[in-house]
Amino acid sequence: MKRNTLVAMLRDMLLARAFEERAAREYTRGNIAGFLHLYPGEEAVAVGVLHAAEPSDYVVSTYREHVHALVRGVPPGKVMAELFGRRDGCSGGMGGSMHLFDRERRFMGGYAIVGETYPVSIGIAYGIAMRELPEAVICFFGDGAVNQGTFHESLNMAALWKLPVLFVCENNRYQIGTEIHRHSAVTEVYKRACGYRIPAERINGMDVMDVYKATQSALQRIREGTGPQFLEIETYRFRGHSMADPGSYRPKVEVQAFQDEDPVTVVLEETVPDYPSAEHLSAIGKDNIEHLSGHIHREGFLSADQVERMRREIADTVENAVQFALNSPEPSMTDALAALHSNRGQEVLI
Amino acid sequence: MASEVLLWQALNQAMDVEMEADDSVFTFGEDVALYGGSYRVTENLYAKYGEWRVRDTPISEGSFTGLGVGAAMIGLRPVVEIMTVNFALLALDAIINMAAKIPFMSGGQFPMPLVVRMPGGVAKQLAAQHSQRLEHTLMNVPGLRIATPATPQDAWWQLRQAIQSNEPIILLEHELLYFSKGKLDTAMEAIPMHRAVVRREGRDLTLISYSRTSLLAWQAADRLAAEGIEAEVIDLRGLSPIDWDTCAASLGKTHRLLVVEEDCGFAGAGAEIAATLAERCFYDLDAPVRRHAGLDIPTPYNGTLEAASIPTVSSIMAAARQLALEGVDA
Ligand SMILES: Cc1ncc(C[n+]2csc(CCOP(=O)(O)OP(=O)(O)O)c2C)c(N)n1
Ligand SMILES: [Mg+2]
Repeated sequence: MKRNTLVAMLRDMLLARAFEERAAREYTRGNIAGFLHLYPGEEAVAVGVLHAAEPSDYVVSTYREHVHALVRGVPPGKVMAELFGRRDGCSGGMGGSMHLFDRERRFMGGYAIVGETYPVSIGIAYGIAMRELPEAVICFFGDGAVNQGTFHESLNMAALWKLPVLFVCENNRYQIGTEIHRHSAVTEVYKRACGYRIPAERINGMDVMDVYKATQSALQRIREGTGPQFLEIETYRFRGHSMADPGSYRPKVEVQAFQDEDPVTVVLEETVPDYPSAEHLSAIGKDNIEHLSGHIHREGFLSADQVERMRREIADTVENAVQFALNSPEPSMTDALAALHSNRGQEVLI
Repeated sequence: MASEVLLWQALNQAMDVEMEADDSVFTFGEDVALYGGSYRVTENLYAKYGEWRVRDTPISEGSFTGLGVGAAMIGLRPVVEIMTVNFALLALDAIINMAAKIPFMSGGQFPMPLVVRMPGGVAKQLAAQHSQRLEHTLMNVPGLRIATPATPQDAWWQLRQAIQSNEPIILLEHELLYFSKGKLDTAMEAIPMHRAVVRREGRDLTLISYSRTSLLAWQAADRLAAEGIEAEVIDLRGLSPIDWDTCAASLGKTHRLLVVEEDCGFAGAGAEIAATLAERCFYDLDAPVRRHAGLDIPTPYNGTLEAASIPTVSSIMAAARQLALEGVDA
């Protein structure tokens, strides 16, 4: 793989981890409220998929979408400001953590009702297909989301009309506290796409290079006009479902086993006592970003010093994002009403 | 027998007692079994009753609520937990087109002993998709009954009554009330499920409300007393049917009505309450019926704006003060 791609992916994975861990800290400090769903452990999915995409592709995501937005290029300050509910947030402080939007970057939203990403995605894809554009829609969803009716309805329409959608299942094996074999009769999620004759494969989501390559070829097939593609990407979230969930339903050994495969080496600042400590984690060693940074080393792409510098830059970026958020004013009720009626224009209503 | 409990504990005990008493009662929903429910309402029931009676479901609200409908048709007593009201929007076909219609459409052949429990309301910065209130939609459906317990005692009574009833009943629980404390007397005889309760007596005006805002109205009334305004507070305890007699009796005494609700004002529960009581009690009233409701806006994530979008104790006090003076010569 190309040096630049690898280095850029490493940077985004490190940024993703640092950003999310900082968000957790800002939540415990009271700067962020509501539901906060974090992404540590799953970075290779968003990073691998979105690096293989074009800026002209659209992205539709869930409530666990900060990293998707960041990788898409939404400035970290604007994401953090949204988590803080501030006026300069990417949704003007109206949406919060679960509802990041950025029209300019074709980041079509974070949706908090499970199963909403499919219909939105096929709608966008319908428009693309109608106009015969070389674009695609990347539709993210979790393993728990495949049991919503919209999954089946949307896959059928996508296949029927050969819509340019890449369905990406972020399979972290849990629907909050319900493990996959207790929520799904068929636990190989990719097999479900067969029912709609959508080509599908299962990818190791702890290896960002695998994710990247699989996405690249899937998108290529989509651009050839063959219709939707489906990737099931196996991953794991290190934290609880959200900051409100200690995640204690998962056996410790399981959490550890997956952390052995940690795609990012940045040490976790665990707020959850049940989880392995930072020391413990770093002692485990074998992890996937080390794998990626090791690879980058062996290829002579970056020296250890350069990686270190990258980490420091990212720490600054995250710090600046927090400062940006803190300095941003709160939106007013006038802003809220303006958002509500933003599409009204000069229309005469009564 | 009387003890101080949290509201979720009252619901939990009610579930336990009913499941113990009748093995046709079963419950299901997302994370209700192993996890014990998002708000702990089904805690320990899985261990006690096993997976056929306490079932974790996939995220398939439309179909698992429909499953409840089918099970109820053959005499089981399903208690469906929809994780929050917001997701009940996906189950509206089962609730409105099926549960509410089947007893009627079948000419009365099928009972519908279905209970659907759902937490809702504006909680703490959960943003627009997770702050929905649904009473306006559900009230407009003949065939459904709606209870809105605001205290542990009512939670205990109303959940048990709902389970024992042969009609489809929605329990609208408030997300901010699960961890509120109150007295629970399990031996006390229950009052009828939809009877309104006068929480506080007063002579100057009547505040009618339900769910969490009825508690806010109660607090507002207690504080207004210090200013010499005596407000009567009615907790409707349910929204379908509504106990109009208790409301009318109060207006016969106070002659002024302020309806308080957290839902958006436009075409909401308050509109129905205001319209019906204006029709019925017009000649008793000394001032127009007033409504103090949530703003007609999706709930903003920003905390300050969120708080400004729904009634608070002080905003209720302000509205009450104004109404108490309306038309009174200085
Ligand atoms: C329709 C609906 N039902 C329930 C919920 C509550 N809920 C939020 S996330 C979630 C689990 C989703 O699991 P999964 O799809 O695997 O995504 P993950 O959170 O693991 O990324 C549930 C049940 C919801 N948001 N929407
Ligand atoms: Mg999952």
